[in-house]
Amino acid sequence: MVSSRETILERQDRSPVAVKVAELEKSYGSQQVLKGVNFEVTPGEIFVVMGPSGSGKSVLLRHLAGLETPSAGSVTINDCNPVLPVTRNRFALALVFQSGALLNSLSVYDNLALYPHEHRLCSKPEMRDRVMRALRILSIEHAAQKMPSELSGGMRKRVAIARALVMEPQLILYDEPTSELDPTMAATIAEIIATLREEYAVTSIVVSHDRDLSLTIADRIALMHEGNLHHIATPAEFRASDDPIITEFLNPKIDLQNPRFKSLEATS
Amino acid sequence: MIARVYQFLDSFGSGIIMTWRAFAMLPAAPRILKRIAEHGYRIGYTSMPIIAILLFFIGAVLALQAGITLREFGAKEFIGALVGASVARELGPVMVAIILAGRVGSAITAELASMRVNSEVDALITMNIPPERLLVLPRLLAVLLVMPVLTILANLIAWFGGAIVCEYVSFIGLSADAFFLNLQTYVSFQDVLDGLIKAEIFGFVVMIIACNIGLRTRGGPREIGLAVTKSVVLSLVAILTLDYFITKVLA
Repeated sequence: MVSSRETILERQDRSPVAVKVAELEKSYGSQQVLKGVNFEVTPGEIFVVMGPSGSGKSVLLRHLAGLETPSAGSVTINDCNPVLPVTRNRFALALVFQSGALLNSLSVYDNLALYPHEHRLCSKPEMRDRVMRALRILSIEHAAQKMPSELSGGMRKRVAIARALVMEPQLILYDEPTSELDPTMAATIAEIIATLREEYAVTSIVVSHDRDLSLTIADRIALMHEGNLHHIATPAEFRASDDPIITEFLNPKIDLQNPRFKSLEATS
Repeated sequence: MIARVYQFLDSFGSGIIMTWRAFAMLPAAPRILKRIAEHGYRIGYTSMPIIAILLFFIGAVLALQAGITLREFGAKEFIGALVGASVARELGPVMVAIILAGRVGSAITAELASMRVNSEVDALITMNIPPERLLVLPRLLAVLLVMPVLTILANLIAWFGGAIVCEYVSFIGLSADAFFLNLQTYVSFQDVLDGLIKAEIFGFVVMIIACNIGLRTRGGPREIGLAVTKSVVLSLVAILTLDYFITKVLA
């Protein structure tokens, strides 16, 4: 077991990390969710994984966070397995959950202070500065003493990002960061993700089906389709692509005369 | 059938690993004193009223039943010994553990299961904060501290209930002084100590079951409800089964 002192010493190197996913497969019973996923993310890159609901994006993200063990293949962060606690000791890794996943029994301030407090990373005044700075960046310092149950969905998401900021991570994983948010707040979140890369040189992996967010902030985009990465390209290449799966995902046609629903109308 | 046996062994194994991991974090105990105190308050102080009411009437009923039977043999003087020993050795620790399982164990399972389902436990893992340190260890230490206190309180109240019945139920006709004198003569310190050992083991097992089932829950509200039921049922079975074996070992 690595002591807190060792942890702090090891984390003197705060450079962003590289992520490598090789032939990753995951099955739950007879259902295969990931079917041999391969990609690499370079240090400091913003890598966005897009795809329709149920294509395996969140499961992929859970593997990157070390919350799932692959059925086959591997996930490595700077050549270390994220499932092992020693890897989490060595690298600060933050996951912004879709629901926020704030601890409901703690106030917003205590949620943010939990990581530095539990790892004894700094003194109490330093911890307070660190927490309040993160809250200020997200413009939610007024909510410091509120309980998570008192917050709206958007606020919870901002608190979750602030909690990730307090960790001063080398890798941030975002699970649908703009879902349940209005367009203005979604734009703010996009700006925050981009700024974090600029200011902290953090590696970011974003799972989203928000087309505007992905095309705006990504260095590279991967489109996930039926448990595999269909295509990896820059946003410009994505826009220019004539691949039918990409064009259908980026520009879905809304058919108000869809015969499927016309038949429903007739039977009702 | 094989699947159920596998599931039981899997759950049993994960309970042992969880307990091992929690106690491996014991050096961190001084840093979680506040949490231990909070859980001690929730487990102990808030359980006291229900324990007091139940154990008072258990002592009273025991004295009443003993009085009805023993007076026919002219042995009503021994009500104190019977109530005293029964409560100290058996009813005190068993009833406190049953109340703990129903009142506290169920609440802890529901809380941890809800945290698991809402990804709060996953959030702790990604922050490299072992859930065993933050969620399990304070509860285990709190229950170990609180169980002897609750059991001694339960014993005293049950004895008091027995004494009140002896004093005020006319057909028994035994004074409270005579009740306590007989109790003092026949109930030894060892009897009380055996009861406290039982209570510690019961409390520890109930807490492990509650935490383990809570942290293993997957799914949604339905699974949380099922987890609570499972936790209470398993705790009751464990208490009564262990009671037999501990009694045999201590005899």
